[in-house]
Amino acid sequence: MDAAVKVNDVYKSFTNGKVEVKALQEISFEVNRGEVFGLIGPDGAGKTTLFRILTTLMIANKGDAWVDGFHVVKDYEKIRNRVGYMPGRFSLYQDLTVEENLSFFATLFNTTLEENYDLVKSIYQQIEPFKKRRAGALSGGMKQKLALSCALIHRPSVLFLDEPTTGVDAVSRKEFWELLRQLQVRGITIIVSTPYMDEASLCDRVALMQEGKIMKIDSPKGIIEGFAKPLWAVRSANMYRLMIDLRALKEVDTCYPFGQYHHVVFKNAGETLEHAKQVMAMVSEVNVEIRRIPATIEDCFMALMRR
Amino acid sequence: MKQFLFFVQKEFYHLLRDPRTMIILFGMPLTQILIFGFALTNEVKNTRIAILDNSKDPVTAEIIQQLEASRYFDVVKNIKSNNELEPAFQQGIIKLAIVFPQRFQYSLLHENEASVQMIADATDPNVANTLSNYATAIILDYQNNMKGQVEFPYTINTEVRMLYNPQLKGSYNFVPGVMAMVLMLVCAMMTSISIVREKEMGTMEIILVSPIVPIHVIIAKMVPYFLLSSVNIGSILLLSVFVLDVPIQGNLVLLVSECLLFTVTVLGLGLLISSVTDSQQIAMLISLMGLFLPTIMLSGFMFPIENMPVPLQIVSNIVPAKWFYFIVKTVMIKGLGFKYVWKETLILIGMTIFFLVVSIKKFKIRLE
Amino acid sequence: MMADTAISVKQLTKRFGAFTAVNEITFDVKRGEIFGFLGANGAGKTTAIRMLCGLSFPTSGEATVAGYDLFRDAEKIKKSIGYMSQKFSLYEDLTIRENIRFYGGIYGLSDKEIKSKTDSMVQQLHLQEQVDKLVKSLPLGWKQKLSFSVAMLHQPKIVFLDEPTGGVDPITRREFWTMIYEAAGTGTTVFVTTHYMDEAEYCDRVSIMVDGKIDALDTPMELKRKFNAPSMEEVFVQLARKAKRGE
Repeated sequence: MDAAVKVNDVYKSFTNGKVEVKALQEISFEVNRGEVFGLIGPDGAGKTTLFRILTTLMIANKGDAWVDGFHVVKDYEKIRNRVGYMPGRFSLYQDLTVEENLSFFATLFNTTLEENYDLVKSIYQQIEPFKKRRAGALSGGMKQKLALSCALIHRPSVLFLDEPTTGVDAVSRKEFWELLRQLQVRGITIIVSTPYMDEASLCDRVALMQEGKIMKIDSPKGIIEGFAKPLWAVRSANMYRLMIDLRALKEVDTCYPFGQYHHVVFKNAGETLEHAKQVMAMVSEVNVEIRRIPATIEDCFMALMRR
Repeated sequence: MKQFLFFVQKEFYHLLRDPRTMIILFGMPLTQILIFGFALTNEVKNTRIAILDNSKDPVTAEIIQQLEASRYFDVVKNIKSNNELEPAFQQGIIKLAIVFPQRFQYSLLHENEASVQMIADATDPNVANTLSNYATAIILDYQNNMKGQVEFPYTINTEVRMLYNPQLKGSYNFVPGVMAMVLMLVCAMMTSISIVREKEMGTMEIILVSPIVPIHVIIAKMVPYFLLSSVNIGSILLLSVFVLDVPIQGNLVLLVSECLLFTVTVLGLGLLISSVTDSQQIAMLISLMGLFLPTIMLSGFMFPIENMPVPLQIVSNIVPAKWFYFIVKTVMIKGLGFKYVWKETLILIGMTIFFLVVSIKKFKIRLE
Repeated sequence: MMADTAISVKQLTKRFGAFTAVNEITFDVKRGEIFGFLGANGAGKTTAIRMLCGLSFPTSGEATVAGYDLFRDAEKIKKSIGYMSQKFSLYEDLTIRENIRFYGGIYGLSDKEIKSKTDSMVQQLHLQEQVDKLVKSLPLGWKQKLSFSVAMLHQPKIVFLDEPTGGVDPITRREFWTMIYEAAGTGTTVFVTTHYMDEAEYCDRVSIMVDGKIDALDTPMELKRKFNAPSMEEVFVQLARKAKRGE
């Protein structure tokens, strides 16, 4: 089997007290070797559950999955020997130093830092000045880098990163993704989950997940091209007023705030700029700026949610 | 193998770098031994009593002199009438009052019989009993001496010999008990917390998704606490011998082996606790309520098991500390050999195997 | 203090031993404003918010929240403010109705008021089917919206929102901000922190904390102009890159 990861019709549900939670339903997809594959979705989408099934920490109620050619239940030990896993919450030993954490995880996989230094060099160099500091005393961004190093140290064939950028500020997030791209060059398959839609564009392919289901799988470009209708960005002095007015119009399908602009979709496809301006004239706001823009992953996600 | 050693090393780092844990693990045994050995004692000394002498004759004077000389009693001198007794008891000034009626000597010599009244504060029945026993003993002693001057055809003398612990020192009782408690705390509670902490922190996930075999994880977690317990046992024994004057009468090797066996038993218990919960708080609660407390109550060290109702006696059989306590008393205090404790040792071994097997089976190699 | 200043902070400082978490920050928040309080992790945001909520005593400086002095009347402040965060939410093992009754009780609402508020809240959020179900059965997005409504239950003058939209799906996020706009429209001052830079654009004014100090405070438009940046994200990145606490 050449796929790094293959998932076939997986179902998983939990009982939390008297409540049954359907964490995953009908999940099927494949990840190619050497890809950076993103699982994009908010909390509750099932990303962590899926990761736990793939890393053999949980067993699905129904369906099968294979990682690196091995079945996640029948051959779980083989998978545990060869994958790298970074669970959420920077699971490191807070009272061990950077060095001690790294050598512990290296030894756990019967290797050493020196043996695989080339792999973690670019990351390690950033944390090396702090190598004698206790992990608990590091900043969020540094902990992230250390956790990544610990997950990589044994040269895994597949790397699972569960929400590595959550809770970390924008600057550290950017830096982290730069590190990931460098890793990909070395042929490691990387599967990342994230709630941040803008990070999807940094992956080779993504799966958009919501409430236990995969809504769409494609390259970011493919997903954007799949956005059915033209998208318009509009702006005026009073954005709140503008949104209320637009949502009241029957010509408008959706109008969502997107930071500096509202993203508007009209009911009839094939809109031209003139038509768009005509519709805009119907709102009370004056000096409305409007232009056509390509869809973002977030627009696509929201459109898929509404279906 | 290197994997395993590194794991053990990591566990030592965790242990040594947590100051609170270090205080519990080292400070507690020491303080317990010292507190139990010195401060707490079942003996009663220097208790304040009142003596009301309504007779004031040479006999009462002599008896009173004996009572005053006793190290158990501290006679409060200024109670001079019956009326003063009750308030003195109520205010807690005295715990015992000895009242000689009028014409005590006269009754003794002419009627061959005299009575002494003892009034004791029985809000603590044990103390009341002990005090009245002491006083009675002193009075009987006087009576015996007195009898020596008169010939009686038949006398029954009772001679009491206190075996193994002639001075009736309370600390003999406490040393084995404290050892059991300390080992319970260190091995059961701390071990279970250590394992559960990995689960709570999330590092257990990473450990599971790695080549290390779960059983190595378990053993590696136990090793530091086993070594620590050995140190604790050593220091408790040293303290007992040199500070508390509790000698080790029996074979030292046997004693230490039994202690180490009990250590493993309790480690197994700690392991069992960690396999039923994912929360450190619950692990601690179970250790304290489910283990520590029964150890204190039902091992026989504070309260004799023979005095308990039958259902509790049966329950006490599943408390490992009960068997350990018996073994230590037999070997350390009575100085007896293995053939007197082989049955109890076997029971402990059986319990150990049971705990270890069950917890290894229950150890979760997955997250649910 | 003017009647339409909701929060007034002067040289507010918090020290933990030798470490100065919040270093002499000074700013005002107007009544009815949506004020964005941004900063990297470790910049001192959470410490500052805790002080303003009366949860932690400042080391030095002055502050007035909802007209009450932070030092003298901390308890009165708590009655006039609402608080909601990503982590602090409702009790999962109570039903929606029970949660509302509980919080209503804490803030001293009468039974009648609690009932009418429960009805209107349920109506507004379309939770009629779930009102007697346990909160843990709700999807996350609903929980967050409900939490916000509950924080507003006693009609506080100021509501503090600590990363309220973390981990929430994009549609709910926007619905949440609609609720924020509506609240601000009725005169409630909204003090919000977030990691989503697009949300920074929705605020009337934004402050950015770096290493315990406020390095920038203005409207989004002005900040973008000052820093010559096309977006708030770019402004933030420029400021956060200078931070020394990221080590």
